[in-house]
Amino acid sequence: MSRFFSKYLIWIYSILAFLFLLIPIAYTIVFSFNDSRRSNIVWRGFTLDNWTQVCQAQGVCQSFLNSILVGLTATLLATILGTMIAIALVRFRFRFRNSVTLLLFLPMATPEVVLGAGLAAEFLTAGVAKGALTVILAHTMFCISFVVVTVRARVAGLNPALEEAGRDLYASPTQVFLRITLPLLMPGIIAAALLSFALSFDDFIITNFNSGAFVTFPKFLYTAAARGIPAEANVIASAVFFIAIIFVVVSQLTAAARRKRLARE
Amino acid sequence: MAFGAFTATAAPVDAAPRKRSLVALFLLLPGILYLALFFLAPLVSLVLTSLQTPDPLAFGEPGAYDYAFKWENYATVIGTYGEHILRSFFYALLATIFALLFSYPLAYFIGVTLRRFPLVQALGLTLVIAPFFISFLLRTLAWKQILSDEGVVVTALKGLSLMGPEAHITGEPVAVIFGLTYNFIPFMTLPIYTSLQNLDLRYVEASGDLYANPARTFFSVILPLSAPGVISGALLTFIPAAGDYVNASSSFLGGRDTQMIGNVIESNFLVTQNYPAAAALSIILMAAILILVSVYVRKSGTDDLL
Repeated sequence: MSRFFSKYLIWIYSILAFLFLLIPIAYTIVFSFNDSRRSNIVWRGFTLDNWTQVCQAQGVCQSFLNSILVGLTATLLATILGTMIAIALVRFRFRFRNSVTLLLFLPMATPEVVLGAGLAAEFLTAGVAKGALTVILAHTMFCISFVVVTVRARVAGLNPALEEAGRDLYASPTQVFLRITLPLLMPGIIAAALLSFALSFDDFIITNFNSGAFVTFPKFLYTAAARGIPAEANVIASAVFFIAIIFVVVSQLTAAARRKRLARE
Repeated sequence: MAFGAFTATAAPVDAAPRKRSLVALFLLLPGILYLALFFLAPLVSLVLTSLQTPDPLAFGEPGAYDYAFKWENYATVIGTYGEHILRSFFYALLATIFALLFSYPLAYFIGVTLRRFPLVQALGLTLVIAPFFISFLLRTLAWKQILSDEGVVVTALKGLSLMGPEAHITGEPVAVIFGLTYNFIPFMTLPIYTSLQNLDLRYVEASGDLYANPARTFFSVILPLSAPGVISGALLTFIPAAGDYVNASSSFLGGRDTQMIGNVIESNFLVTQNYPAAAALSIILMAAILILVSVYVRKSGTDDLL
């Protein structure tokens, strides 16, 4: 009995731990089906109305669209800037290399509240009005470092022989980059872009300092938290959750299939 | 800046070195300028703001300040908010310890026990990062409802007389520390998992062959080999936890006596518009974290975190 227990203890613990991690997720999803009138705190019965009429609650859909817009723009900018830095860091030796690495590490080691307050102080001094633009500028800033870290690993793992082969076959540097380097880096770049979008979409602390009257989805939740979150917000969060999970599962299954195919060949 | 600063020496290529250094400059400059403008300049701006003095011509109008070198601002905020600063680091430390205790066995399970089943392992990893896919604020609010006075937990504990009839969970330090722990668990689990995933099990077998008991094997072999993961996990948990102001906010898990440094920075900056105080507190938080991190990184002997 005790041997059985010690052998399976880690299984029991881990299954309980997984369940614990999922509690607030399950709660949020369940309450997206709550037939709530004003406050979505007490269970009043099952309904699909929140899902079919998501945009009924004031401001929910607008804030969601704002978050998507900010996320896409910041992701695009951060992915371009970060990928360029990642390539430079792996492929070139230059004098201020350590300073550049430090400059990339620091934003990740700085508490968000400091990043947010700093940008807000700068925009205040410069007389820049807070809004969509300042939020995008802020999100791009904190995404760059994560893009560099993600893409850098991919650049380092790139086989230079493939690019040399291209050059040997008289491809111009532009052709080598567009036809060989970029496609090979793509999985890393896509992963970095997804990470950036996820970070931007869920950011609240930095956004709160720099958004002014511009409302992103997390900011909507924060403002609404004092008087009660409408069930429609749970609908949006649950839908985003399902999409993200499907995305992850599909990518893991295709990766597993590819590994199997490679192992067979 | 002269592009000679970026002289390229590595990787033999046909292009002339001068041309190569131009390429490096072209690749680096936009991103570096961006970070200089929106990361470094804001820090300078914070330092300048932290030394401002109220505008004498504005007659106490909120938000009106002049540039000065009023170093007393730092003494003032430490005097006023010293308690909040200490509380932030104390809560963050406890959350880091609890997250480590929670995560280590789980990371071991995913990284070692599930190694033979790659698909189940992938599922386990997905479950660990699943909380990231639901809004940070909503999962914290979900805990608020679950732990509220009408919620299951409090009702059950009161029913069992494990809690006094007047006691609460939300609004108390325990709820804030709990929320911080929960929200940053994936940041702790993932790096430990990465270390344990690469753990060579032959070391563990060798330790057993040399008659080490399981506890000895764990403390002398497994734990030291997974130390890099534990170190980065601790940093990734402690830093955001110390600066967090959502969990401790009274519309979420906190109350009047749980306010952390982030809450004070937020209210000074966005509500009372006391910009110098908010800026001075931010600089104090940043400096304290940088000192702690550099001491910690040096002690633990891993210099290349990036």
